[in-house]
Amino acid sequence: MSETAASLLFDLTRSDEQRMNQETMQRFASTEMRSVAQPADEAGKTPAGFYDKTAELGLALLPIPEALGGAGVERSPASNALNIEELAMGDLSLALGAVTPQAFVNTLLDQGTAAQQEKYLPEFCQGTFVSATTALMEPRATFEPTEPACSASANDNGFILNGQKCMVPLGLDAQKILVVAELQDKGIAAFIVEGTPAGMSRTEEAHMGLRTLQLATLEFDNVQIPADALLGDGAFDLQRFIDLSRIGICALAVGACQGVLDYVKDYVNERVAFGEPISNRQAVAFMVADMAIELENMRLMTWRAASRAEQGLDFHKQAYLAKVTCSEYAMKIGTDGVQLLGGHGFCREHPVELWYRNLRAIAILDGVASV
Amino acid sequence: MINLEISAKHQDVYDKLRLVAEHMMRPISRKYDKEEHSYPIEMEEVAKLIAGGRSGGVTAGLSSRPDAGQVVNGGNLQSVIGMEALAWGDLGLMLGMPGSGLGNAAINAVGTPEQVKRFGKRYAAMCITEPGTGSDSANIATTAIADGDEWVLNGEKIYVTDGDRCDTLVVWATLDKSIGKAAIKSFIVEKGTPGCEVTRLEHKMGIRASDTAAISFSDCRIPRENILGSEEISSGGGKKGFGGVMQTFDNTRPPVAAMALGLARAALDMTEEILQQEGVTLDYGRKPGNASSLQAELYKMEAEWEGARLLVLKAAWMADNKQANSKEASMCKAKAGRMGNYVTLRCVELCQSLGYSENRLLEKFARDSKIVDIFEGTQQIQQLIVARQVLGKSSSQLK
Repeated sequence: MSETAASLLFDLTRSDEQRMNQETMQRFASTEMRSVAQPADEAGKTPAGFYDKTAELGLALLPIPEALGGAGVERSPASNALNIEELAMGDLSLALGAVTPQAFVNTLLDQGTAAQQEKYLPEFCQGTFVSATTALMEPRATFEPTEPACSASANDNGFILNGQKCMVPLGLDAQKILVVAELQDKGIAAFIVEGTPAGMSRTEEAHMGLRTLQLATLEFDNVQIPADALLGDGAFDLQRFIDLSRIGICALAVGACQGVLDYVKDYVNERVAFGEPISNRQAVAFMVADMAIELENMRLMTWRAASRAEQGLDFHKQAYLAKVTCSEYAMKIGTDGVQLLGGHGFCREHPVELWYRNLRAIAILDGVASV
Repeated sequence: MINLEISAKHQDVYDKLRLVAEHMMRPISRKYDKEEHSYPIEMEEVAKLIAGGRSGGVTAGLSSRPDAGQVVNGGNLQSVIGMEALAWGDLGLMLGMPGSGLGNAAINAVGTPEQVKRFGKRYAAMCITEPGTGSDSANIATTAIADGDEWVLNGEKIYVTDGDRCDTLVVWATLDKSIGKAAIKSFIVEKGTPGCEVTRLEHKMGIRASDTAAISFSDCRIPRENILGSEEISSGGGKKGFGGVMQTFDNTRPPVAAMALGLARAALDMTEEILQQEGVTLDYGRKPGNASSLQAELYKMEAEWEGARLLVLKAAWMADNKQANSKEASMCKAKAGRMGNYVTLRCVELCQSLGYSENRLLEKFARDSKIVDIFEGTQQIQQLIVARQVLGKSSSQLK
């Protein structure tokens, strides 16, 4: 951070630390995620003990200051994006679940008061998985993340929350939820909701994909929350939160699509038709080439937004465009992945149908996985 | 450290060349599009300015050698950045700029010191394509037969960029067609040599300011020392020599891809300006799905442009840092080529009659952009190269 952009060179070299962390994530993804992803998806449940295992990765405690018990590693959106990429190669849904508490922590570090950081963050440093999440999306076809309908109004005891949130990761269990709402006469704010206060209900909602994420719809019906639940000084930088989330969502897409490409590559090289591997034919091979090209496109767009965020440069446009690119090409790669396996791709014996269903979420998600 | 912004020095190069493009190329853009094949004399000034810049002005100070292990932002990055800036001005004029011939690159890359001394400063065009051979350049039929102190060339070459206005040619010919790739060599032919004749200038849909010639060689005799590289045909069917020639494309593909960046940027800049007058602005606010279709389309095009540019910068950065970049060079050429076509054509459509009219340059950008997805390897050739690399296939497995 000490170097300014003006003195920097264009560079795609990852630091030793970034590479080391990536290897750790990669190992975790292949040993703890890939094999359990499909049965878990079918059961619609997170595999027992999975999130406790993710605590070993220390994702949430890394950026927390040492004074609060954390590792005190400077928060790095680029490193976070790289880690998310590796985890998502294991499984998009489980990866998003694994980094969801980190998104809560990151946002608190970014925009919370010192008192809020002291109050909430030490719990994340105990080596156990703390279920915490962020809730931005709402169930509406034309939902715009900057225009939440969820509302809050101040009263003598703090605030009253009303409205609905949907597709909240870990939404069934999370005991700390950052809820974005329009604060009457003030503008958009975020509130830390603890536990399940009176008037709040959680409903499990199954989706096309992300079935291991415990996605829930949260209903707030005149929910009273205390005054210190208001994040920061009240002026929530929603755009920054959305943009940092978009980088995380794009990194999820990149990792998951890398998984698709690797799998499909092996399949088309092995599958024989008309006496030779189907990859010997341009109609097949060119689809694979385009997957590789657009995946690289997605990755570089994501890295650029992340590195600008890390350097303190304006990154709104880059995060927006990365999301445009990743939304389109993640689905294209997911679709072509199934297509290249033909009927086998449509059947659950192969994971590509799962990836297709999961990747549909990339264009839809907002406000999760903040890096 | 991961940083995808171009360096301040390179940004400076870009800014200066963009000014040249804006003030010295744009004003004559339409003129030379109309007057196809006429020599753009104004570009001599531009060429001088850029050549001067290399030795102390616009583009100086970027070629210092780095310490081992240090990241380099060097000539390859500078080249793509420069190409983008100049192509923003006018691709045809840029390609037809005196002294910019592709043959110069070949002579400087593989010529002997004597050859470089004699021909390095000439204006040299490259003769590869033939009426029956395009992407399969291993199949060329022009022959070179040794006869005493001379080579005798016979054959016909087409699509020679700058073929009319250049003074020197680099000609690909085979010493023995039955041997294949290994027998293909390149030769320096001075214009005016008896037997070498420009037979035709192509009339093209775009880049009309760049002359594209057909050149025939009939018993054209050149000195024996005008061969580039060794006379020997490497044994064992080795394709080392030819492979080496093909590898030079890894360095030339990113700059050609950068031409698409310049064209598409030009079209986007103009389109956004025109649409702004109709109240369509880009604030990167609402999601594409909730924005107007015009805004959504502009966001999509901006995203495509940014992505293509990053792919180009990556391929050039790899070359600067001595990393093998054959796959990435083809990736960026494929992506930028199709992005350029898509964006420039869509810009014409979005601006409707204003886009289609010759009163503005949008229709010209769309015509010019098509060639970028064709020359220096078509879209399909790039996909083939990428596919082979990704899938681990040889050229005999994946044809």
